[in-house]
Amino acid sequence: MGTIDSSILWALLFKGGFYGMRKREVGEKYCLSGHPTLPCNVLKFKSTTIMLDCGLDMTSTLNFLPLPLVQSPRLSNLPGWSLKDGNAFLDKELKECSGHVFVDSVPEFCLPETELIDLSTVDVILISNYHCMMALPYITEHTGFTGTVYATEPTVQIGRLLMEELVNFIERVPKAQSASLWKNKDIQRLLPSPLKDAVEVSTWRRCYTMQEVNSALSKIQLVGYSQKIELFGAVQVTPLSSGYALGSSNWIIQSHYEKVSYVSGSSLLTTHPQPMDQASLKNSDVLILTGLTQIPTANPDGMVGEFCSNLALTVRNGGNVLVPCYPSGVIYDLLECLYQYIDSAGLSSIPFYFISPVANSSLEFSQIFAEWLCHNKQTKVYLPEPPFPHAELIQTNKLKHYPSIHGDFSNDFRQPCVVFTGHPSLRFGDVVHFMELWGKSSLNTVIFTEPDFSYLEALAPYQPLAMKCIYCPIDTRLNFIQVSKLLKEVQPLHVVCPEQYTQPPPAQSHRMDLMIDCQPPAMSYRRAEVLALPFKRRYEKIEIMPELADSLVPMEIKPGVSLATVSAVLHTKDNKHVLQPPPRPAQPTGGKKRKRASDDIPDCKVLKPLLSGSIPVEQFVQTLEKHGFSDIKVEDTAKGHIVLLQEAETLIQIEEDSTHIICDNDEMLRVRLRDLVLKFLQKF
Amino acid sequence: MDPECSRLLPALCAVLADPRQPVADDTCLEKLLDWFTTVTEAGSSLLLLQENPCLVELLFHVLKSQDLSSRILSFSLRLAGIFAAQENCFQYLQQGELLPTLFGEAGPLGGAAWTAPTVRSGWVQGLRTLARHPSALRFLAARGAVDTIFSLQGDSSLFVASAAGQLLVHILDLAMRGTAEGRCGPQACDWPACAQKVVCHIEDSLCSTATPQVTQALNVLTTVFGHCHGLWTQGLWVRLSPLVARLLEKDPVPASHSLVDLLLSVARSSVLSSDHGLWETLAQTLSHLSPTQAGPLALGILELQDCPQALRTQAFGLLLQPLACVLEAAAQAPGPPGLLEGAAGDSMTVDTLLSSRSACVGLLCCALAHLGLLQPLPQRPSPWPQVPLLGAVVTVLRLCSGSAAPTSDVGGRLCAILVGCGRVQRAALDFLGALSQGTSPQELVTQVFSILLEYLMSPESSSMVLKKAFQATLRWLLRSPKSPGCCDLDPHTQLFLRELLPVLQKRLCSPCWEVRDSGLEFLTQMTRHWGGQAGFRQALLASEVPELTMQLLRDPESYVRASAVTATGQLSSWGLRATPASPERPGAEQESLLGELLRILSTDSEGFPRRAAMQVFTEWLRDGHADVAEDPERFVAGVLQAASRDLDWEVRAQGLELALVFLEQLLGQRGSRCPYAVGLPETAPPGMPAQALQVLCRVQLFEFAFRALFDCDRPVARKSCDLLLFLRAKAAPCGSPQEAGDSPTAASAEAMLQRWQAGEQGQPLGYLEPGAVVAVLRSVDLEGLRDTLAESSDHVEKSPQSLLQDMLAAVGVLGENEADCY
Repeated sequence: MGTIDSSILWALLFKGGFYGMRKREVGEKYCLSGHPTLPCNVLKFKSTTIMLDCGLDMTSTLNFLPLPLVQSPRLSNLPGWSLKDGNAFLDKELKECSGHVFVDSVPEFCLPETELIDLSTVDVILISNYHCMMALPYITEHTGFTGTVYATEPTVQIGRLLMEELVNFIERVPKAQSASLWKNKDIQRLLPSPLKDAVEVSTWRRCYTMQEVNSALSKIQLVGYSQKIELFGAVQVTPLSSGYALGSSNWIIQSHYEKVSYVSGSSLLTTHPQPMDQASLKNSDVLILTGLTQIPTANPDGMVGEFCSNLALTVRNGGNVLVPCYPSGVIYDLLECLYQYIDSAGLSSIPFYFISPVANSSLEFSQIFAEWLCHNKQTKVYLPEPPFPHAELIQTNKLKHYPSIHGDFSNDFRQPCVVFTGHPSLRFGDVVHFMELWGKSSLNTVIFTEPDFSYLEALAPYQPLAMKCIYCPIDTRLNFIQVSKLLKEVQPLHVVCPEQYTQPPPAQSHRMDLMIDCQPPAMSYRRAEVLALPFKRRYEKIEIMPELADSLVPMEIKPGVSLATVSAVLHTKDNKHVLQPPPRPAQPTGGKKRKRASDDIPDCKVLKPLLSGSIPVEQFVQTLEKHGFSDIKVEDTAKGHIVLLQEAETLIQIEEDSTHIICDNDEMLRVRLRDLVLKFLQKF
Repeated sequence: MDPECSRLLPALCAVLADPRQPVADDTCLEKLLDWFTTVTEAGSSLLLLQENPCLVELLFHVLKSQDLSSRILSFSLRLAGIFAAQENCFQYLQQGELLPTLFGEAGPLGGAAWTAPTVRSGWVQGLRTLARHPSALRFLAARGAVDTIFSLQGDSSLFVASAAGQLLVHILDLAMRGTAEGRCGPQACDWPACAQKVVCHIEDSLCSTATPQVTQALNVLTTVFGHCHGLWTQGLWVRLSPLVARLLEKDPVPASHSLVDLLLSVARSSVLSSDHGLWETLAQTLSHLSPTQAGPLALGILELQDCPQALRTQAFGLLLQPLACVLEAAAQAPGPPGLLEGAAGDSMTVDTLLSSRSACVGLLCCALAHLGLLQPLPQRPSPWPQVPLLGAVVTVLRLCSGSAAPTSDVGGRLCAILVGCGRVQRAALDFLGALSQGTSPQELVTQVFSILLEYLMSPESSSMVLKKAFQATLRWLLRSPKSPGCCDLDPHTQLFLRELLPVLQKRLCSPCWEVRDSGLEFLTQMTRHWGGQAGFRQALLASEVPELTMQLLRDPESYVRASAVTATGQLSSWGLRATPASPERPGAEQESLLGELLRILSTDSEGFPRRAAMQVFTEWLRDGHADVAEDPERFVAGVLQAASRDLDWEVRAQGLELALVFLEQLLGQRGSRCPYAVGLPETAPPGMPAQALQVLCRVQLFEFAFRALFDCDRPVARKSCDLLLFLRAKAAPCGSPQEAGDSPTAASAEAMLQRWQAGEQGQPLGYLEPGAVVAVLRSVDLEGLRDTLAESSDHVEKSPQSLLQDMLAAVGVLGENEADCY
């Protein structure tokens, strides 16, 4: 099958056969998540419906009481909350702790918007990193979704670990009680903040099960960086390294003539993952930008320094350090940093504990994904050495890992020590136990490194708290300065981003540097909003059958540009357009055979010749004079010229792409003039 | 000339003239030229050429040969210039048509060799050297050389272009010195032809539309007014100043940097500074140039000793403008007049500040640096606006840290530009430190300490910013007035210290070694000044800083270990020891600091910590540190033993310093530190008691000093020689040399010393009896050694004869290898 070259294609479009396609809308974006770093968007592009990430907003869990692994008298004896008038009907559901009110129930999560669009129509889901797939089971298992999910292997493996940990944390502390009364809108209105202001509480859901996780993950198809994936012939999607986490990706979504880049959770810092691929993002019509750093004022290097200094100070004083964290990601960098630091800080004898149901898998997985790592770490594999130094920490017994505080850990436990454990929300997981255990001593310190949760809110149910709290959020994702450089480099025509990025943070309204500054201004979106993407669909690629191509007789109208007329049938299937030779004229058939729709043959009318070229006004006037027209006046207009034949009361309007002869019912004169005009134009 | 050199010269000239012989490197040729310069300065060049005809032959040969290297060609041009600097020799070479050919069209100037920058450079330098007399001027004028020099001003090689400019200045000066007392009016007719030509060229260049030509002219004039102080320069300025002033009418002003340099050069010239027109031009220039361009001019004007007050006010206003804009932009509400009445909000400065990040950062950094330079000068403007300046710099620092919340648009944009800008932070902290010298109201001082604390605490502060913040903090702390009638720190400082020490504590735990290092340096300085203040001692001992400092003695980074050694040494000198480690902390055994520092001196793999340890020991010994005072003999013996084996010469040299301190204390002779005085019998101090000599023998000071005497590093050997001379003078009365010299110990020691001198230093000297020591001291030719050591190490190799031999040996002309070994 041949391909039409551009000059011929121009002729086809000019002829008007496919002109109507230009009017069709080609891009719409549905925003299903209000959290800019846990995005969930649906893109309707060409004829495909693509979900971009499905992040799960877990900040809703901060409204719930922690789930203690070991019976906590303090938590179980919290007083029930009653209304101002003394009405205590909610005291079973809501408990009061140090002036804050918490829901005493299994924690629930705020799901992406499910009402805005029928999620069963989603064709594919593209995942950019393991933090942005935590809502996947809710989407794939409960919405009628029948499509495919695309993600890289480390994303799937580590995403599985995160889900497994989450399910484990919640399932191992079964809670009989389920609170729903407080969600009643009339009742919620009476509650104190922040419960009163919590949004979409009716859609909050309990955690999924492992069965649902497995089922969801089975729908994932693994992809590699730069791999081109065809979606229904209309769209091609390609994951690119985003530099943020193991296997994290940005996505290019493109048709033949349109390109959308989806940038989510990217980093330009040199940490463990493969560096970000910026070059491939160039020439985008639209760049959707999400997942920027949540702490734009904190530089990760400075924060790592703070982390180390505070850790050392605490341990030197005989205190313990608790680091609430996810089982993968920044923890690898922290362990690497500590590996270099502990000797210089005289901490060689201090034990480091990593407690998570998936601790072992996480530490081991990190060592086997060599191809997804930065260059330095990749080269280590060839030595051969483990890419991450935490292997050595484990070997030398400086770092020990356990699935839970129960079992071996309780035998090995030695203080002072440093414990890395989840969950960063402090609402479930082993961290709850350590908060209860160490919270009363001012020698101990809890150091928050994960930026997803407000540390003050996370600490609220543990008040009063004697232990020191240090907030060192380490977020390696792009900051606004880096975004500005990135946009200058890749120069997209339009930027689309969450509304939070288009204005300074509310607490620092004077910081104009903490927002996206680009031209044209970025288009913003918010939860439950639909956005028409600002690109114009101008061209469509059409293939032409060889035998039809053979029959064309191009005529060069100017150097390098040839035109040919073509009569053909446009065959469109699977978003591919093919020009086929027109069927031979139908032989008259007798009989009773019924005419079928597919036998329809387009009428092949005799075509008028096509015209090209321009009319030189001076010569045209001379020609008119030669043909006996006198009293000719020429006026210049914005678009061309008007030739006035005053005597004949006729007006010839010559413009770039049209010529009109306006005369008063004198058809003879019009035809004469038309022929004179045609003399100056080429026909084919 | 040395006859031996005369003998070698023909062979050398033959080598130089032979294109097949590879010439030694450029350094040899440079040394050769230096030697010829010395020879011609000492005697007649003409005689030299007549006695050594090979030199003229070489120059002739160079002219004929086509394939000589450009280096030799350049060398020959410069050599000819050296000879022709004397007028009679010049005429001698002129007669032979050598000079016109060498420097004229027939020489390299017209040939392919001219493309080599080194040849062009040799040509310019040759002429520069020969232009010493009127004949040379005539030569230059007649041969059209001046035109060539004009064109070389724009040479692609910066060295050639710069040398050409300097040559023009030299020619002008030479020409004008010939006029009657150097007086010349601005009229052209008064000027000698050669000078007239140069000046006309400068005038043309000043009127040129091409900026490079204007720059060249301005640079030449800057050198003229900077180096020539004849009265003729007045006439030159009167003639050229209108053209210079006309440059200001152009927009943008061309070559503004060079223009500023010129104007400052004129203003500094003693001949011209009384010119009123000059001050007007300076004032005009200040107002025409952009704020960034005018900054250096404003600073230069304010540095002048005598300058009209109005101009000083204008210049100071210009320097203050950027900070005035910052103050105004960041003001929450219209307040009292800020830094500058009238100048604040100058639109040009505001435009520059907001035009781009780089322009804003550049302007602010320059303004801060210029004001910082001005601050300590006696001629700085008075009254000095200490309070608004302090307010402005605090505001800049707040904008940079993001803690300022300006309400105005300009303030908002400044904030967006400056936030996180390390360059401005560093410049502002430097200036803030400089401002500690003035008197400031307590309210503002509190703000200063508050912003310093913010920077010291912020995780966003880079290591360089932290270093500057520590330095500024120290300067502000040390300026703190003491409470009246009390020798302790004032309450504000004590309050600040209480907040500062936890921050310092955290910084000492930083994973970034530069930060730990800066923290330790800060601690050392603070302790040095405040070690005796009860308030400081109390706060410090209540913190963990002393203990952390002890731990940093084992830091993996050698610079940090060195700083920790100095800091612990300083803390210990003031009795500020770390509190004993808590029993439950494993591995933190409390050992004596002396032992720890000795361990560092003996085992540390890096030189810096060992040097620091030696300095601490020397200080301890000098100040009578308690640990040392217990048993100084043992202390000195241990330290010297460790230092004698050290591979770092600075450690060994410091060992000698410690030995000298010990000697002084032993002999009770403080202040007689000048070892050169000891050689004179009439000034010799009283003799050394035998007891003292025995002590010195016991601590093996002599073994250390003798070993150092033959040290391969000259500074160590010189120091040791001085020490031993001092000792010999002191030990003179201790015994008759005859008796001691015959003793077997002395004989074996001398033999050992001879072996040491020959480089075999493996064996120890062993214990020496005082008598033997005295004998050995007498037998060693210390004066001779001192003289030898005083010569530079290459004094033999530097002789001209050696140079000529080397050059010949390098090409194998000498039959045997007589070259010096380097």
